[in-house]
Amino acid sequence: MSAVILSVQELSVSFDGFVAVDGLNFTVERNELRCVIGPNGAGKTTLLDMICGKTKPSHGTIKFKELELTHMIEHEITRAGVGRKFQTPAVYEDLTVLENLEISYPEQRGIFGSLFFRRTPDYRLRIDEVADQVYLRDFLDAKAALLSHGQKQWLEIGMLLMQDPELMLLDEPVAGMSARERELTADLLKQIAPGRCVVLIEHDMAFVRSIAHKVTVLHQGKLLAEGTMEQIQSDERVIDVYLGN
Amino acid sequence: MTTSRMMSRVGLVPAILLALLLLVIFPVFLGSYWLNLISKYLVFGVVGVGIVLAWGYGGILSLGQGLFFGIGGYLMAMYLKLQASAPNLPDFMVWSSTEVLPWWWKPYYSLTVTLISIAVIPTVLAFVFAYAVFRKRVGGVYFAIVTLALALTLTVMLVGQQGYTGGANGITDFRTLAGMSIISDKAKLVLYFVQVVILFIVMGIGTAIVKSRLGKILIAIRDREDRVRFSGYDTALFKAFIFTVSALFSALGGALYSLQVGLITPTLVGVVASIEMIIYVAVGGRLSIVGAVVGALLVGWSKSVISESFPTIWLFFLGGLFIVITMFLPSGLAGLFSRIKLRSATIATPERTQ
Repeated sequence: MSAVILSVQELSVSFDGFVAVDGLNFTVERNELRCVIGPNGAGKTTLLDMICGKTKPSHGTIKFKELELTHMIEHEITRAGVGRKFQTPAVYEDLTVLENLEISYPEQRGIFGSLFFRRTPDYRLRIDEVADQVYLRDFLDAKAALLSHGQKQWLEIGMLLMQDPELMLLDEPVAGMSARERELTADLLKQIAPGRCVVLIEHDMAFVRSIAHKVTVLHQGKLLAEGTMEQIQSDERVIDVYLGN
Repeated sequence: MTTSRMMSRVGLVPAILLALLLLVIFPVFLGSYWLNLISKYLVFGVVGVGIVLAWGYGGILSLGQGLFFGIGGYLMAMYLKLQASAPNLPDFMVWSSTEVLPWWWKPYYSLTVTLISIAVIPTVLAFVFAYAVFRKRVGGVYFAIVTLALALTLTVMLVGQQGYTGGANGITDFRTLAGMSIISDKAKLVLYFVQVVILFIVMGIGTAIVKSRLGKILIAIRDREDRVRFSGYDTALFKAFIFTVSALFSALGGALYSLQVGLITPTLVGVVASIEMIIYVAVGGRLSIVGAVVGALLVGWSKSVISESFPTIWLFFLGGLFIVITMFLPSGLAGLFSRIKLRSATIATPERTQ
């Protein structure tokens, strides 16, 4: 079995004539932690939107293992093992941290299953485990609305971990976090990457340097460069459009 | 933890008070005239529980609950009318010179068929309609407008087909249910208790749904539908389900209305009636099952009082009430109640405030 988990071929999409992503090719392998960087409007978020089914591409293919994702809808893609974290943390503010994690548990996603669902000890164990991982063990009974911004980011990552996805798509997970929270998040990401693959968008170069195996640079919807952090940082074109100023 | 525990306790106390009021205090102190009226208000309590589920928890505002109320009400009325007029044709058919009973009236000689129809027809209709609409990602105010149009369509159809539906006068003059009188005072008293029991069963089902994992998922859908999709749920299915439950409760309410009040007309199932149902719930509190019932009782009672003395101002009063509630009490009387409760709790134990 090949190690390639995600393979994007000739992917394009345009909105009212504006080409957001333009003929992009891109592959990610198992156990990889890939950072996608690039200036605003480079098409980073749009790329993740297309992988997870939020936006339909106008052209091209997205292969996740053996599945062609472009023909599937959001919840099917999620069930196939793709998890998505949004740029502004998307958690259920009216529910507690525990309930947020519980809903994300990938079982009983039907009507009657969820109606007659009972929380078993196994289940609770898994919630505690994830809560520990994302530093929210002491907040299980707090309403999500009461968490700090950084904690909400962690909670959303925790919700993805409950789903145990093979491919995690993270959109700026450390935005709005303190220096200490960033360190903890870097530890967390390194811990969860093995066994799956993580694609994340980030602007903070120090953070990218601390975690990334490989970096992909997008510019105006196209692939500009790809390689290790050192290669990227010495690439003339990248310095020109992104790192330079 | 403490707040959620407190909330569930707060939910139980009003339910017990309500049971006491309906099962003991009202029957002991009120005469049959008032008990009849209260039976009628409680019908809207049943409808209201459904609206709490769909609107309060699922975030689905339907302005067309009258459609399902009407289906339940008319189906029950067909049975009662056939009972009252057998072996002759129903009187309104004779007046409109309909000479034979239409084939689709015939099954309603049977009570069993009637009861099954009241359960099945609205369920199938509501689910197919709602799933198709939610699948297309139509929601919010657009959904409300579509349902409003459906309620309007039903009214037009009922009025237009006078020979089959009784037209604008509706269907009235019922006498018996399965051979038992439904108009004697004793029968009315029995019907009152039947109504209360059904209401509490419906409230129990509603509470069970709200407290289940499905209830949490509904809240999540209301707050962040996209996130729920990305947790692997088919959100259209969940929304269609809760809409169907609320449609079923409305149909049940309609059937009980025909039984309790002894008539059903197009005005009772039309646009204004549908919006009134929403107002009952808004007044009581759209997140509170007990609140919806209390809202139905209070608004129903003020409707009786006000429209008796000043028939023309009732609608203005209702409109004004809706505006005031929306602006100052968005979670209705139940919200006011829990706020007072919370305040007195924090005053009693100040060290627990954050």
